Amino acid sequence: MSDEPNKGLQSPLRRKLLMGAAALPLISMLPRPSFGAGPATATVNTTGLAVTDTEVTVGILHSATGTMAISETGSIQAEKLAIEQINAAGGVLGRKIKFIQEDGASDWPTFAEKAKKLLVNDKVAAIMGCWTSASRKAVLPVMEQYNGMLYYPTFYEGLEQSKNVIYTGQEATQQILAGLNWIAKEKGAKSFFFIGSDYIWPRTSNKIARKHVENVLKGKVVGEEYYALGSTQFNSVINKIKLTKPDVIFTDVVGGSNVAFYKQLKAAGVDLSKQALLTISVTEDEIDGIGGENIAGAYACMKYFQSLDNANNKAFVADFKKMWGEKTVIGDVTQAAYLGPWLWKLTVEKAGSFDVDKIAAASPGVEFKGAPEGYVRIHENHHLWSKTRVGKAKLDGQFELIFETADLVEPDPFPKGYQ
Amino acid sequence: MFGEYSIGDLGSIFVMQGFAGLILFSVYVLMALGLAIIFGQMGVINMAHGEFMILGAYVTWMTSNTFQHYLPSLFSGYFFLAMLLAFLASGALGMLVEWALIRHLYKRPLDTLLATWGLSLILQQTYRSVFGPREVGVELPQWMLGSLKVTDSIEVPINGVFVMGLTVLITIVVAYVLYKSRWGRQVRAVVQNRIMAGAVGINTEKVDRYTFGLGCGIAGIAGSAFTMIGSTGPTSGQLYIVDTFLVVVFGGAASLLGTIASAFSISQTQSTLEFFMSGSMAKVLTLLAVVGILMLRPQGLFALKVRK
Repeated sequence: MSDEPNKGLQSPLRRKLLMGAAALPLISMLPRPSFGAGPATATVNTTGLAVTDTEVTVGILHSATGTMAISETGSIQAEKLAIEQINAAGGVLGRKIKFIQEDGASDWPTFAEKAKKLLVNDKVAAIMGCWTSASRKAVLPVMEQYNGMLYYPTFYEGLEQSKNVIYTGQEATQQILAGLNWIAKEKGAKSFFFIGSDYIWPRTSNKIARKHVENVLKGKVVGEEYYALGSTQFNSVINKIKLTKPDVIFTDVVGGSNVAFYKQLKAAGVDLSKQALLTISVTEDEIDGIGGENIAGAYACMKYFQSLDNANNKAFVADFKKMWGEKTVIGDVTQAAYLGPWLWKLTVEKAGSFDVDKIAAASPGVEFKGAPEGYVRIHENHHLWSKTRVGKAKLDGQFELIFETADLVEPDPFPKGYQ
Repeated sequence: MFGEYSIGDLGSIFVMQGFAGLILFSVYVLMALGLAIIFGQMGVINMAHGEFMILGAYVTWMTSNTFQHYLPSLFSGYFFLAMLLAFLASGALGMLVEWALIRHLYKRPLDTLLATWGLSLILQQTYRSVFGPREVGVELPQWMLGSLKVTDSIEVPINGVFVMGLTVLITIVVAYVLYKSRWGRQVRAVVQNRIMAGAVGINTEKVDRYTFGLGCGIAGIAGSAFTMIGSTGPTSGQLYIVDTFLVVVFGGAASLLGTIASAFSISQTQSTLEFFMSGSMAKVLTLLAVVGILMLRPQGLFALKVRK
């Protein structure tokens, strides 16, 4: 029943297009009307998605308002850039990508509601969206019930896998283990102090990190502390760090707390050029708020830094700045969000269809050679094979690449021995 | 728990922890002072208090940028001018809000709650549209960064000392203005009996407007000072609002001394507990203690005795 109204919409539209009617001035005004040369809609769209002979509609679902707008703005910008570039290169199966943007407003039920609207009313072929795990968890049942396709950009805690989601960020073991190995070897680190914000991602990440430190690196965790989201006072925990004198401070503090933590760490006289600090939550985006002078010398462990020296990345950074302004910075998640539309396009072309089931089945093995982070490939578990990198924060707010894994790291959302 | 550390180490840590408690105390007083004036003297629950603070923070950020571009030689002193501008900006906005919104709602306290909450949302979105959704980094002059070495092992953060000094200064000024000046007498007269105060020739509307402006202005100074220790973004004000209300309500409305006593007890409890257990648990226990005491003393620690 659900595809009846869509068919009704499609045929008059097609007739109008065939007639080249002036009723569609936007399409006739396109600079290069190269769209519409792809395979017939009936063959590439058997489930009634919003696909016409010349266009395909996708959804963008992030928080443009509310607390999370700080973080999600970069993702929205990256996805729009990717869509624009794909269109400039001829679109997907000869169709131009059109997007409908919805605002999750930093509110998880709103995310679920908007996801449902995008799938049921707009029939979007895919959704690029969500940022926090909470929003993804809210959207997941909707994606599964209405059989949608979500491209999720954030590094996250793992313990999840769905036919209807492609995780373009790293899961926890991918992000953390290589970084811990590196710092243990490089700095001879034996004792670690963990500090995080109090919710699922830091807690799961620290659990994995603790197991790794204790069982694999044979080191010791001398403290593990959590502060409520939004905490702005860290002097007590900084004193504890001074007392326990760990070789490494390992942090996954997020949001506004991050800014407070690093400012107070600096003010307390902790010199990050002498005290090793490894963070998995600070990207170039966060440093904008923290201030380079407060965090210079800290190490961050993730898969992408804006300063990566390769041709793909240079072009990406230049295009991003051209579209969004010279001063914008690009963090790990922004880059992962940029992968979403591209991976979807490549998968659609591999499957030769927009159908969600076919895309889900065709996803494993899809490669994207033009990724700014370098070559990536989708794993059977719908996460990405990717390199893990360690960067050192500099005064100007950028990271200097210090280390990267030689090979792609396999995603392992349900790590054995770490749960 | 401390068996493995030397006496000297522990001694310095306890001294530094004591300072951490005092810094937290100053931060709480600074946050709560503006709200205490508005809530205590006018009975208005200002849910937009955090946004007035963030206005101060943004003013500081703009001043910092201006100095960097046009007057780099005077950069080391810009913070004092920034605080003054923050006070003026937040105070002016406060007076505007009082005139446009609050004065129509004096007899409907629950409606002011809703109206100021709406105002806080409007201000947040305004900041987001004007300054962008991302956080901004306020650059501080070199002398305000780092710490003072008191002994080899005891270090005290400079910005903490700065906030402490600022808090003492502002508290003294506010106490003087409220309890010694002619205008302060008028404010207190209006609080005690609005109709009588009007009858003896006090312009109660003007008193209200300036009181609200003063409260918001102090919030602006607090926001300016907090750029040293916290984040500046459209929704950063929300990080402070809960603690602020906690301090004011626990202290007892209408009492400056109550606010200070309450800030002191909450900050000391919290910072001591934080040292012996994790941050989240410390917060839980502090809140439980506050709830327990408020059940026994609903009027707060210090309450103004008025004839009902």
